[in-house]
Amino acid sequence: MTMNAKVRVATVWLSGCSGCHMSFLDQDERLVDLAKKITLVHSPIVDVKEFPENVDVTLIEGAVANEEQLEMLKKVRARTKILISLGDCAVTGNVTALRNSWRHSDQAVLERAYKDPADLNAAIPTAVPKLLIHARPLHEIVKVDFFIPGCPPHADLINYVLTELLAGRTPVMEGRSKYG
Amino acid sequence: MSVNIIKLKIDGVEVTVPEGTAILKAAKDSGIIIPTLCNLEGLTAYGGCRLCLVEVSGTPKLFPACSTPVGPNMEITTQSDKLKEYRKMAVQMLLAERTHICSVCVADDHCELQAMANQLGVDHVMFERNWSQDEIDSTHDFLVIDRNRCILCTRCIRVCDQIEGVHTLDLKLRGKDSQVIMDLDEHWGNSCSCTSCRKCAKVCPVGAIYIEGEPIEHTKKRDIAEFIVERRNRR
Repeated sequence: MTMNAKVRVATVWLSGCSGCHMSFLDQDERLVDLAKKITLVHSPIVDVKEFPENVDVTLIEGAVANEEQLEMLKKVRARTKILISLGDCAVTGNVTALRNSWRHSDQAVLERAYKDPADLNAAIPTAVPKLLIHARPLHEIVKVDFFIPGCPPHADLINYVLTELLAGRTPVMEGRSKYG
Repeated sequence: MSVNIIKLKIDGVEVTVPEGTAILKAAKDSGIIIPTLCNLEGLTAYGGCRLCLVEVSGTPKLFPACSTPVGPNMEITTQSDKLKEYRKMAVQMLLAERTHICSVCVADDHCELQAMANQLGVDHVMFERNWSQDEIDSTHDFLVIDRNRCILCTRCIRVCDQIEGVHTLDLKLRGKDSQVIMDLDEHWGNSCSCTSCRKCAKVCPVGAIYIEGEPIEHTKKRDIAEFIVERRNRR
């Protein structure tokens, strides 16, 4: 990260409720300072379809729950220097992983959602990405560099991590983060 | 009856305690707090959570401080990088063993396992998690047990036996398959020995045993055993 060029930051929304992104936006006026130092190259709030190359920092919200997200996560990892798990779904699986306790939870959850409550024409959709057997936290699949736990994580914590990274320091999470 | 007083060193500090005192107690009396989850003042030691492991000079083995008596001239280390790594690992194993999802748990923010994770700086679990699917027993009028959240510390079993004097609760099976049971594995509502005293819910470090409809911070009273034992001794 050179001093002149803006740092390329991305955020990604996998299986989560978007609460972590809300918390990101809850940095409020600090976003103005942040905007001076970063370029948001990909995000649910930026209209860029393809995840770009050479990203410095990516924050990912949500667990990995289907095959599309699995592919996306691998692509993001390959194109990002520093990968951060943002929020409990990304860190532990959290609510997204509640289905994991069912045996064959991919099938069980689809039947519960599309077959059990239907009065007629009950059918499981096929034109959407296939669910994985379990919803999984990011670090079970790729290397994750930092974890920002919380449901949602506090805006101050997100700001602390980004500020430290932008200053070229390593954020110290011990004593700052709350598990779960 | 005379009690031998012995000298030892804990974290470099010289300590004198009666022979037979547990390392954990000796440390606590001199202001050194060793982390624990299964231990509870007023109950017998169990040595199940492995968080209170300490180093004793002269041996590569680690010892559980709650159930290891002090010896003369022992030199004990309660804090080191190695111990911290082991403690972090123990907490992560507890979190991985069953279905712990803090955001939907009654004990969120009032949980000793969660607090321990925070204290040790555990911000994620490095082991693949085992998603348990154990039955929740809510057949009792107001006491509920969710075994998916149980860390097998056996505080509830010990308080039921040693303080309430009933021994309704016990353990079945072994290792990670262990389960807290009522009577001879009855549903709680069918237990003929349970006095509904609530002590199990008061001492549970996590959200495994709780009282239906009651905020967990009202239920938890983790010094109950110590309080009762102290009053009994006074009598």
